[in-house]
Amino acid sequence: MKPTLITNARLIDPASGRDEMGSILFDAAILDIGSRITAPNATTIDAQGACVMPGLIDLRVVVGEPGAEHKETFKSAGRAAVAGGVTTFVMAPNTTPVLDDASLIDFVLHRAPERSPARILPAAALTRGLAGETMTEMGLLKEAGAVMFSNGDTPITDSRVLRRALSYSTAFDALVAHRPEDSFLAAGGAMHEGELAARLGLPGIPAAAEFIAAERDLALAELTGARLLLDMISSARTLEPLARAKDRGVKASASVSVHHIALNEQDVDGYRTFAKLSPPLRTESDRTALADAISTGLIDVIVSGHDPRPAEEKRLPFSEAASGAAALEMLLPGALTLHHNGVAALIDVIRAMTLNPANLLGLPHGRLAMRAPADIILVDLGAPFRVSAANLKSKSKNTPFDEKLMQGRVLRTFVSGACVYENQD
Amino acid sequence: MAVRSGQSAARPPAPRFPHRHLLSVSELTRADVANLMARAEAFIPLLEQRVKKLDTLRGRTLINLFFEASTRTQSSFELAGKRMGADVVNMSVRTSSVSKGETLIDTAATLNAMCPDLLVIRHPSSGAAHLLARKVSCSVINAGDGGHEHPTQALLDALTIRRARGEIEGLEIAICGDVLHSRVARSNVQLLTMLGAHVRLIAPPTLMPADAERWGASLYHDMKHGLVGADVVMMLRLQLERMQGGFIPSAREYFWFYGLDEDKLRHAKPGALVMHPGPMNRGVEIDSAVADDATVSLIERQVRMGVAMRMGVLEALAEHGANEQPDQ
Repeated sequence: MKPTLITNARLIDPASGRDEMGSILFDAAILDIGSRITAPNATTIDAQGACVMPGLIDLRVVVGEPGAEHKETFKSAGRAAVAGGVTTFVMAPNTTPVLDDASLIDFVLHRAPERSPARILPAAALTRGLAGETMTEMGLLKEAGAVMFSNGDTPITDSRVLRRALSYSTAFDALVAHRPEDSFLAAGGAMHEGELAARLGLPGIPAAAEFIAAERDLALAELTGARLLLDMISSARTLEPLARAKDRGVKASASVSVHHIALNEQDVDGYRTFAKLSPPLRTESDRTALADAISTGLIDVIVSGHDPRPAEEKRLPFSEAASGAAALEMLLPGALTLHHNGVAALIDVIRAMTLNPANLLGLPHGRLAMRAPADIILVDLGAPFRVSAANLKSKSKNTPFDEKLMQGRVLRTFVSGACVYENQD
Repeated sequence: MAVRSGQSAARPPAPRFPHRHLLSVSELTRADVANLMARAEAFIPLLEQRVKKLDTLRGRTLINLFFEASTRTQSSFELAGKRMGADVVNMSVRTSSVSKGETLIDTAATLNAMCPDLLVIRHPSSGAAHLLARKVSCSVINAGDGGHEHPTQALLDALTIRRARGEIEGLEIAICGDVLHSRVARSNVQLLTMLGAHVRLIAPPTLMPADAERWGASLYHDMKHGLVGADVVMMLRLQLERMQGGFIPSAREYFWFYGLDEDKLRHAKPGALVMHPGPMNRGVEIDSAVADDATVSLIERQVRMGVAMRMGVLEALAEHGANEQPDQ
């Protein structure tokens, strides 16, 4: 493979804390990082001051394949990912059939690389059929290549089932992502429970639905010693049990979707179903608390929460519309709002999308280090643009960021040293 | 060299066994264990004789009271009793008044009125043997109470190991499988540790009891890792209802990670011996290739030692005298 040399770049690497001008030389792996590199045989790119950072790792992407290829396929999701600077993503197990058998993990690991320019890693179901009753064959699934376990969007209501699954996962040191949501309190809800929901006449989901479940899940993580990722938290109140658990040495971590740090419940006003999400967008004070928690590191990971929904699932009365947003291409510009608004340091924002998810999965990616895999993106941090849903690479175009003015464009994306995306604008 | 007759008179009398009942290993001292094992050893030659009958327990009555299905334990006690000349009565729970709703204490009172000398009980509830022992005037032997203890199994396992390896002191013994629900494991951990062995427990986290490290054993969730350096590998039966209970995902995954096959056994010491209290689930916790390999498997010898061990126990307890209750 012919090496690539990117010069005149702002190198940003959360693993080493590096944020300085320099050059980087790589083939499939990173060969050299520094201020003066000469490589006459390399393809040379002048970054003209743009940023080079590790490719983003997104822990939560719903792909329609297998079973709902009209929403998204490995190919369309992979193209959207690399256009958004995401070089690796974890595919949620809520497909049809559900990823609860080693043969399906095998299918994903064979099919996805043929179709997707981004690396796709499967998360296996925590319980069979995501039914919340019987744990899956976690050991065999992990040996087959599942990188983590999740029950998708359906939290396990039976605490004993969750306790056993968490306990069993420790034999294989598996990461378990679980949505903290009390299904009974959340049932029928369409948006955050509060004044706006009351005015709009929409059924609400109280913040308590989340922190009650978070308390339980963290207590079970402490009891079992499991590695628990609180999957997509939405409420400031949930940060309290999370901080307490971390202080006590519980192996807990948390993720937040890019929507919940960039948007709030006001984006729902006007019955905009594209902003109907699960968990729901909450108040501005929730949003600022979550953003601060990225800055402090209390929240470990920012995910896209990519959930493609075709028009027929969204162009419905608000209560009947599906929840979810296509977000692979919004992850970076959405997260960068924290940097541009001065809420969080750039390196902390990037860390939550590179190093931290890589460490949770035990991957060598997500860092600019010698001999690390050359998953690298070239980014113009300040470039302004107006989001146009129609231009998304994703098959489904449902994004609440549509028409918003944002900053941060991916110029090039390299996966294992190969350029898989180049911005044509 | 003279062939030993197997008559109990041919050996020096064992010291009197200080306990009236045998309810758990936890109440035994090292001297008690040595006493019982010496008695059992003396009966082993008898089992190989043409005429296997003694009259040590002539006129005594042994009642087998089994509230759970059992093949080997029940027949082992029955044979042990008969070989020593006792009258043995097997109470089958299915045909007794227990199935008509009689409580354990009422059953005990009824049986006690029949003046048995030895009562062997197996019951699905932990502590049932202790309850019975407080209510009857004969000796009670616990043949397994719920998830608590199965002392005669541990004794016969120790006897089997000692005869195979000479000494128990200093051995590394791995106990693998459903430790959480296993009374065999509880009795064995205590007994083998008392006799100077070091015990490792190997189980998936869902089948490992909370705080089991306080038992003085080392805990492992990775079987290959846990077997390294083991002299003896003791497999436990996986009750199939545990799968429906959600403790493990499937039999095939269990076998893959916790079933003893030749590949995993290679991690133990060369020449490591394999034990199983039975009945075995072949292809779940143990591979037939290992279970049937006479060079490593002690499984049949365990059954043989079981009769001798129980003869030793019956003899020791019977020395406390007959159950003679005055008519009130």
